[in-house]
Amino acid sequence: MGAVDRPWQTVVWNDPVNLMSYVTYVFQKLFGYSRDHATKLMLDVHHKGRAIVSSGSKEKVEGDVTRLHAAGLWATMEQP
Amino acid sequence: MKAWKRRGGQLQGGFEQQEAAVLRGLVSQLEDMLQARAEETPQDPLAELTGIKAGPSESPNDPVLSRLLPDYHKLDPDNPSKEDLDSAGVLRSIHEPEVVDAKVGVAQVVMETLPRDGGNVRLTVEQADAWLSALNDVRLALGTALDVTEDMPEQLPEDDPRSPHLGVYHWLTYVQESLVEALTA
Repeated sequence: MGAVDRPWQTVVWNDPVNLMSYVTYVFQKLFGYSRDHATKLMLDVHHKGRAIVSSGSKEKVEGDVTRLHAAGLWATMEQP
Repeated sequence: MKAWKRRGGQLQGGFEQQEAAVLRGLVSQLEDMLQARAEETPQDPLAELTGIKAGPSESPNDPVLSRLLPDYHKLDPDNPSKEDLDSAGVLRSIHEPEVVDAKVGVAQVVMETLPRDGGNVRLTVEQADAWLSALNDVRLALGTALDVTEDMPEQLPEDDPRSPHLGVYHWLTYVQESLVEALTA
């Protein structure tokens, strides 16, 4: 695949302010993830400093990062 | 403030007069900061024609606003690549107005549903979600200003100038945590 087609990833970074319960709730609400999956991603963010929470086309990931910013999470996007 | 309770589709809470004044003050200050940022938006004849707003491409200088409106890429603080910087600027100018609108919107929900003199608050689930985002924004703002760390103590030494504000921060944490619990119980 060319650079244009390679999928993008949404990354959420650890942050000393955001509550673990709130971050889990946001992952469930924005992405429709189960509580277990959302909790696992939250714990990855907390312990490893970052986690990939979604991926797809550039347009989709831009939308995901925008919604995460609206919710107050520290999110960025990258194309590995 | 007692813990939030859920009754069917309604979230119920109550605030003392002083608590309501503190929270309303913080939320309206944040709303003002965000509105001021929105007004920095460059005048663009094309945007006026199409109705599509373009925001600034540069990250805010203010550390609080910069935390509320992060870059779209992780940029190396010392030596960011030009490609990442350019792309982050474009993405910010496309999406920042939407993020600012969302944050102003949730702030307004709090101002509309929290009585000036305190008292009972009754929220739909949708309004409670708005409250969660607004509480989080206020905690981010205060947390950035106070330089909060993961292992922040409950109390700072009395001579620390941040000491009185930290109590407000911890109280906001309680209000938010309790609302998440009530929503997910």
